[in-house]
Amino acid sequence: MRNGRAFWLFVGPFAAGLLVFVYVPIGWSLLLSFFDARNTVTPSEFVGLRNYADMLTDAPFLRSLGTFSLFAVFIVPLTFVLALALALLVNQISFMKAFFRSVFFLPTACSYVVASLVWKLSIFNGVRFGLANTVLGWFGAEPVAWTVSTSPPWYWLVLVTLRLWLQLGFYLILFLAGLQRIPQHLYEAAWIDGASRGWQTLRYITLPQLRTTSVAVLLLLLIAAYQAFDEFYNVLGTDRGYPPFARPPLIYLYYTALGSGGQDFGHGSAGAVILTLLIAGVTLLQGRVITR
Amino acid sequence: MISRRRLLSLAGASALLAACGSNTGRGGSDQALKQWYHAYGEPGVQQAVERYAKSFTKTPVDVQWNPGDYDSKLATSLLSDGGPDVFESTPQISSVRAGQLVPLDDVFGDARGDFTESILATHTVDGKVYGVPQAVDMQMLFYRKSLFEKAGVQPPSTVDELIDASKRLTRDGVKGLFAGNDGGGGVLAGPALWSAGLDYVRDHQVGFDDPVAAQAIGKLRELYSSGSLLLGAVKDWAEPDAFTQGLVAMQWTGLWAVPAVQKALGDDFGVLPFPKLSADGRASVPVGAFGAMVNAKSKRIDEAKELVRFLWIERTDYQEDFNLSYGFHIPPRKSISEKASKLTTGAAADAVKFVRDNAKASNPPDWTSVMRTAFNDAVSRVVRDGASADTEVKAAAGKVRDELKRLYG
Repeated sequence: MRNGRAFWLFVGPFAAGLLVFVYVPIGWSLLLSFFDARNTVTPSEFVGLRNYADMLTDAPFLRSLGTFSLFAVFIVPLTFVLALALALLVNQISFMKAFFRSVFFLPTACSYVVASLVWKLSIFNGVRFGLANTVLGWFGAEPVAWTVSTSPPWYWLVLVTLRLWLQLGFYLILFLAGLQRIPQHLYEAAWIDGASRGWQTLRYITLPQLRTTSVAVLLLLLIAAYQAFDEFYNVLGTDRGYPPFARPPLIYLYYTALGSGGQDFGHGSAGAVILTLLIAGVTLLQGRVITR
Repeated sequence: MISRRRLLSLAGASALLAACGSNTGRGGSDQALKQWYHAYGEPGVQQAVERYAKSFTKTPVDVQWNPGDYDSKLATSLLSDGGPDVFESTPQISSVRAGQLVPLDDVFGDARGDFTESILATHTVDGKVYGVPQAVDMQMLFYRKSLFEKAGVQPPSTVDELIDASKRLTRDGVKGLFAGNDGGGGVLAGPALWSAGLDYVRDHQVGFDDPVAAQAIGKLRELYSSGSLLLGAVKDWAEPDAFTQGLVAMQWTGLWAVPAVQKALGDDFGVLPFPKLSADGRASVPVGAFGAMVNAKSKRIDEAKELVRFLWIERTDYQEDFNLSYGFHIPPRKSISEKASKLTTGAAADAVKFVRDNAKASNPPDWTSVMRTAFNDAVSRVVRDGASADTEVKAAAGKVRDELKRLYG
């Protein structure tokens, strides 16, 4: 009995919160996706799968899914490799290890909104005295409108560097934890057998031992890529809406469901369900391929 | 069976959750009418509207000030029973169709004819008025007289002259024009249509399904690719900083910026409407006005209407104070705007004239978010990516037509 009470005391509030703020809304939006739900969350007009059909033929939505699949193909390996490389370096050094670990992890504690504004307003603004443009100016180059220009699409440079800066530290810590769990005697045995320090031990000991960590990191990265919202919204969004390029699916759905001038929860929810299924599908596929 | 203790701990947990949920910052008693405003930037406005509300003696009024994304917050609150009784906004056909707004025709009384017709039109859906306009905002083109003289350029009266002026004024590290960090596709898309005598929607039909529309949008592309636009400024078009800091010779911004520009540049500036494209087109200025509206879910609709009537019909002194004492707006009532001394000279007097002669609704009630997204996407692709204006405009027109069909059958 005592145990039971303690269980509910600790788990109860969290479980209730999860139920009320996560599972009920998920269920509700699933329900909404089958209704014509404009400016109401208690709709009465059942439309079956029409919202799904509309979203699956909606060119901007499909384009945003396409863009972000491409984005994932690009950003996932990049973050993975950089985080792993940094983790290997930090793991190697013998002095000030805690310092470097903290320095790389610190950006994770920074708010996405704050970082986005720093990137947009001070580093990559388009006027001649912006940081990036000042550096370009030293070499005599013309100022570049980083977040405006679409040819070449410089905004990707802004968004990708921002995302890397914000996320690398977190995955670095995951890899570090994984590295520190690899038993030292494996390396010693390999050296005795004549394996060279460096590539051979990395290839045949470190990477295989990091398999579970790698799978987790890949999954998290993939989900994060499709769920992109904050930095995109804050860097490229204006009071006139969001431009049609580099538009994450979530931002498109946000404007569909909550945009001023008409809330359309039916189509918004249908899009969210499609996106969820896509993420689940890709994740499962990735898990299957990697663990085989 | 659940023991009493267990029940107690569960109750404790739910009380905890309830405590989290109830702190909505609304405060006040249940007896008070709830009135919402978005957060005006000018100091003093909040105190002013609270003072107005306090002088309404029939029932107490709780004024809530809403910083941040007001539109989304308001739209969400209108779905539930927890929304305000009275709020400021512009009516959208979707909220009218969803029965969220109370028609206010009977609130106006004799004063109806005193409101500027084009402003009242932006609050009218299917023949009924849903908002009592509080303050008129408008956008226009600011230009620096001294830089024009130095370059020997005349203030532009056609779109081609505007593009030419922008190019010729781009020199010595100064750019010709700043029209938003998206390259003008956002704020100038409407004016571009109007410059060609077209519109977003006209009589429930697509207003821009016309080859001339592609030509008008194409002009924005020409402007963008001329290299004379300032792009990526620290503050966007709504703030006059790029103009007052001397980064540009012209900027598209609004009436609200006049005091700041005056302070920085004295009388070294003038204002213009967006010029016409050709003889068939018209110069234009986008106008919009927040209006006081009543929530149809309110349990005290009559009192709410009474409050709106008191604030914005009866107390003309409040409208005058609200429009002219803090920021810089045009009172929607002609009897007030005509006698306002602040609006009789300089740029402000020009602005009043533009609103009288060239006003176009910046956000008409039947321009829904689906239409806006389709149109803005098209314009952005033409202006920034150099996509074919013909194809893009036609595709957007198709989407707008579908949406209009859904709305009007």
